[in-house]
Parts: sequence; structure tokens; C-alpha cells
Amino acid sequence: MKISLTIDGRPIEVEEGTSILDAAKMANVHIPTLCYLPEVQAIGACRVCLVEVEGNRTLQAACVSPVAKGQVIYTNTDRVRKARRFSVEMLLSNHPFECLSCAKNLHCDLQSLAYELGIRELRFTGDKSGGRIDESSPAIRRDQNKCILCRRCVTVCQEIQSVTALFTQGRGFDTRVEPAFDRDINDVACTACGQCSIVCPVGAITEREYIDEVFAAIYDPTKFVVIQDAPAVRAALGEEFGYPPGTLVTGKMLAAARKLGFDRVFDTNFAADLTILEEGTELLKRVKEGGVLPMITSCSPGWIKFIEHFYPELLDHLSTCKSPHMMLGALAKTYFAKKAGVDPKDIVVVSVMPCTAKKFECNRPEMYDSGYKDVDYVLTTREFAKMIKQAGIDFEGLPDEMYDDPMGEYTGAATIFGATGGVMEAALRTAYEVATGRVLENVEFAAVRGLEGIKEATVPVEGIGDVRVAVSHGLGNARKLLEKIKCGEADYHFIEVMACPGGCVGGGGQPVPVDNEIRTLRAKALYTEDAHLKYRKSHENPSIKKIYEEFLGAPLGEKSHHLLHTHYTPRNKF
Amino acid sequence: MSEEKQCQCAEIQEEELYPRLEEVINQHRGKGEDLIMVLHKAQNLFGYLPRRAQEMVAEGLNVSLNEVYGVITFYNFFSTVPQGRNSVKICLGTACYVRGSQEVLDKAQKELGIKVGGTTEDRRYSLDVVRCIGACGLAPAMLVNEDVYGRVKSPHLVDILKKYE
Repeated sequence: MKISLTIDGRPIEVEEGTSILDAAKMANVHIPTLCYLPEVQAIGACRVCLVEVEGNRTLQAACVSPVAKGQVIYTNTDRVRKARRFSVEMLLSNHPFECLSCAKNLHCDLQSLAYELGIRELRFTGDKSGGRIDESSPAIRRDQNKCILCRRCVTVCQEIQSVTALFTQGRGFDTRVEPAFDRDINDVACTACGQCSIVCPVGAITEREYIDEVFAAIYDPTKFVVIQDAPAVRAALGEEFGYPPGTLVTGKMLAAARKLGFDRVFDTNFAADLTILEEGTELLKRVKEGGVLPMITSCSPGWIKFIEHFYPELLDHLSTCKSPHMMLGALAKTYFAKKAGVDPKDIVVVSVMPCTAKKFECNRPEMYDSGYKDVDYVLTTREFAKMIKQAGIDFEGLPDEMYDDPMGEYTGAATIFGATGGVMEAALRTAYEVATGRVLENVEFAAVRGLEGIKEATVPVEGIGDVRVAVSHGLGNARKLLEKIKCGEADYHFIEVMACPGGCVGGGGQPVPVDNEIRTLRAKALYTEDAHLKYRKSHENPSIKKIYEEFLGAPLGEKSHHLLHTHYTPRNKF
Repeated sequence: MSEEKQCQCAEIQEEELYPRLEEVINQHRGKGEDLIMVLHKAQNLFGYLPRRAQEMVAEGLNVSLNEVYGVITFYNFFSTVPQGRNSVKICLGTACYVRGSQEVLDKAQKELGIKVGGTTEDRRYSLDVVRCIGACGLAPAMLVNEDVYGRVKSPHLVDILKKYE
């Protein structure tokens, strides 16, 4: 039911139950927020979104106050301005002011708010609650001195990811966001998905940066530095340079990589096509030979760490395929090294990923199959943008360039890996043709696209029967599917799981902010590219055919087994 | 609950208490909303909340250990260190404070070699502060177990503590 009210003198009609914050947005009135997180958290903790409601004694937090009929709301009174400013001044009184050297400098919500509210002096000084810097994880860096206790990270970790690696500990001035017993984040059941780093409004949680290490490798004349980038990166990197969400910047990104001084520019998409061949063959083998089903995808390292911690008894369900960038890393130091006549010990592989968990993944002891560290450094999309800016490259003015051979060619099936459901769709395109020997006419599987938490589909495949598949994104949804498997209620053949909401386009290493609208736009960019590519099925990729002929032999063959597949480690849930 | 208190007095070895905790947890299995109630019972059982008990509660109620610890550290009632045989509580209420209880507290921390909230290694004493025990006329006041001491001067403290084995 619609009700009418007035905001800043302007009459407006909104649906009953709407928050004052959302109602104001509809009336084009901007109310500043800090702890509020669309779709995830509205708790009224930071007291920044205060508004005056006529007849109410106290100011109300707009994010948690529903509108009422006939309400008269003011968002811009002297009292409101002073109260908001006071709230932020109190937060600043406990802040370390390392803004100039902070990884979030110019991307910090607290900084923006202080500016927006016109805070020009620090009225309150005194003790600071302090905190520690936790650099235990190769993926996530936590600086608790900077934490403002907004609890966004706690909520996203608990409600969306069902992990709860962090929680508020203690009370009052001693309150801090930490794991139990104040242990290091790398020692607890953290999946390194990095969703906390996406939602942290300040510099308290960021990715572990490896920008300096990568520059050092580039400037080292003895090193041959290879870069690869994941499909979701090209759909989001533009946002860091002012392009609207959903702009594909593939060509400029490659030109930027060359300008930065990388010696070869490969595409993780090439390895995504390879993944489909390996994983698709593995699936058909399991179906025919009665292997463990449902088989679950293994491209998302946050998801891998999740199942290792929380469901180690189900590890046999995972495909043994490495994630695509790890496959490419192993091939760069074997197949490519030989082809190009470069000593693999001099090759440095850098992966630009939408992901923080891949930083953890490339440091796993299993990932040395080339005889060297298969991938040396993982950079997030955000870090790569920082590198481009540091190098003074005019991104917009760059020409569109192409990937390098022999690992640069890709199909539409690979490019949609970046969106939830993409791996499934790509696998179905290939599995269908391989299993039936017939051409799949309609390659688009609409049932596995979109942002529904868990998607299901049944695909009839002659010779096998109905193939039942499921797709989930966000670890909370993955947990639901795993519980179904545990109870024996999951009669699927194949499941795709992505750790992050929306899949890689919403990954923990992507530009901020992100919400469902932005996730949808980024995914749309990938689906559009897919629709326009000549090859849309992984097994049609000429470079893939070539690498099997020249080097790998056959999917699941001995070389593949050694370089492209892996094993998993049961971990403790505490 | 009275039954659990008896156990504490009987000085049963900690190891023997875990099966009893399991029984408590069984009545609340999978119910995260019962967390505080279960922690309450667990603390009555052990006198504090050892890490293993926290892990059992987390597992049994299907709550993250990190959340369990968050709840424990939020509420003053819960303790993660074992309680001593004798509970020493110094009043830091307004009246006691202005009559010098901070000095008594400093002395107690020095004598016992522990901080507020701590327990001596021999588990003879635990030290805490309280905010007013209703004995303002006797300020500064302190409690040892159920016994109230008034007009405590720091030199007296050692003599008081000695009385309690």
C-alpha cells in the first residue's frame, strides 16, 4: 500500500515499509550513510544518516526507520547537520590519520564523509583504542587501527558467505573485529574470498598488495614477465578509469599491460577453455564409470577453501581441475617456456584476477607443478588499476590491442566464466557435443544465467539421459547445496559453485562499490561479448586443439594430470 | 542449575565435565539462538569457559566459534580464565574510589601478580573489580568470597588475603 509523506517540503508517495533512506532516494534527496550496505546491512550503528522527523523528540537513523503516513521529514536542518558531523567527529577522534599512505586513500568513505560534512578541525582528541596489523594471510591485510566498527565485514561474512571468520570481540572502548582468541586471520576458517575488503568503508581490510614486487620483476632485466587476466577483470577495470559499469575494456587493458612492460600478455580465458575440456571430460567419465556425483566445479579458490574447512568429507565431489589461471601458470613455465626458448626459472607469471582468494591459492604448496611456483603473483583488478595510474598511462587514450600467442585465443564459452552460471553453460556446450557427437544449435542456457541464489536446470543429452545441474553463487548458497548433498537429497550430476555473489564479476578483488545492478551490468558485458564471438564452444578453440596436439595429448592424459589437476587438503572449521 | 553448582564445589576434574556439557548441548543442538543460555550453563559447570568447551558449544549449536567468543567477551559474566578458589573483588564505586580503593586495587594486583580479571597460577585467588557493593559507609570496601571488608588500607590487604586458602 502506498502512503504519502513529506521530505524537505516535497510531498512523496512510497510503499509502506520503505525506509526513510530509500524514500529520500526516490525524492532525489541524498542522505549520507556509512555503516549501511544496500542488500546486506541496515543497523543504524554509525548515526550518520540521522534525519529529523516532525513530532519525534530524537533524530532518527534513516536506514532503519520505516516511513509513516503523513510524516514530515527534514534532512537538512541545523540540528541534523550538527548531529551528523558530531557522529563523524567521534569516529575521527579514534582514527589514526594515515590517510596519505593508506591503501584506501581517495577511496575511503570516512574520508569522503569528513569532506562532505565540512569537518575542518579535530575537536576531540584523547586515547585511541588502537588495534593490530594482521598480515598473516597472503590474500587479506587487516589494519585494526583503522576500523570504525561499522560491522559491514562481519555481516557480509556471516549473512552472505555463512563463514563468520570475523566477529566483534569485547565491548565498549575495547571492541574490535577479530577472530576468536584474537587469532590471525590466516589461522582460522577464513576463505580469503575478500568480500570483507569490498565492503570495508575504510582501509581496515584490504587485499595484500604485491604491486611493488611486480614492478620489481618488470624492471629486472633477467626476468621474463608474463601477465594473464581473468574474464571478469575486463568487464570491471574500466570503472577505475571512469567508464560506466559493464564497459568491456579488453583492448585497452592489454595495451596498458604492454606499456607497463610485461613481456607477454596471455589470456586466462584460454585456460578457461582448457578447463572445460578437462572438466567436461572428467564429468563424462564420472557419469559413465559411476564416479562420485554430483561433481562440483573447482575454479573458485574461495569456494575450495570453504569446502576444505567446513565440508572436508565432501572433497571427493570436487573436480580435480585447477582453476584456469593456475593451469595457465603451469603451462607458461613448461609449454610456453619450451616454445619460446626461455628458461622457466626466469619466467615470472602475474595473474590479474577479480579475486583475493587466488592470492592464497598461488601460494599453496600444491601449485609448483611446473617445477617452479606456477603463478608468482596475483594482483586484484584494483591493484592493476593502481599500477596503470602509477605508471602515468593515459588509459582512455590507449589503442585496442590483442592477446599474444600461443595462449591468447579464446571462445565465448570462456569469457562467460566471469559470471555466475558461466562455467556451467560453457561445460554444457562442450559436454553435449562431445557426448552426442551432434552439433548443439542453441548454445545459450538461460536457466543458469542471472542472480538467483541457486539455479537448477535439466538438460536432455542423448545417450546419457537427463543431465541435472545446479549453480550457486555466494558461499551461503553453496552451503545450502552441500547440506542437500549430505542428506542425499541432491540428485544433480554437476554443480557450479562460485564463492562471490554474482560470480567473479562480483569478486573480492573488483572495483568498489558493487551491488546487484553493477554485477548484472558486468555480467551482461561478458554475455554480449560471447554472443559476438566466432567460436562459442571451448572445444572449437584452435589454440586449444593445438596445445593438445603439440603438448598435452588428450584431456585427462598424463601431462594434463600432472600440470592441470590438483588435490585438496581437509582443514579444520575452527 | 543448582546441581551444576554442586559440581564446582566437588572439584571434579575438568575432563569429567565434558560429557555433562555434551548433555546440555544435546538439549539445544542446532539452536544458535540458545547460545547465551548454553554458555551460562557451561560456565556454571566449569567455573569458566575453556576453549574446548567453546568449540563444543560452537559445533553443537551450529554457531561460528568466532561468534561464540564474541559473545563471551562482550558479557562481563563470562570468563575465559579459570576462577580461583577465592574470589577477591575490590569496589571501585564512587565512594570507595574517592577514599582510595584504586590504591588497594594496585596493591592487590602487585601482591597477587595478576591483573583485573585474572587468576593466580595456583588458582588460589581471582581478582575482579565491582561497582558498588552497597557498603559505601565502609569505603573503601572489598569482598573476599561472601565476606565484606570495610575501611581497607593497602597495608591490611596482605593479612586479609592470607586468611583464604
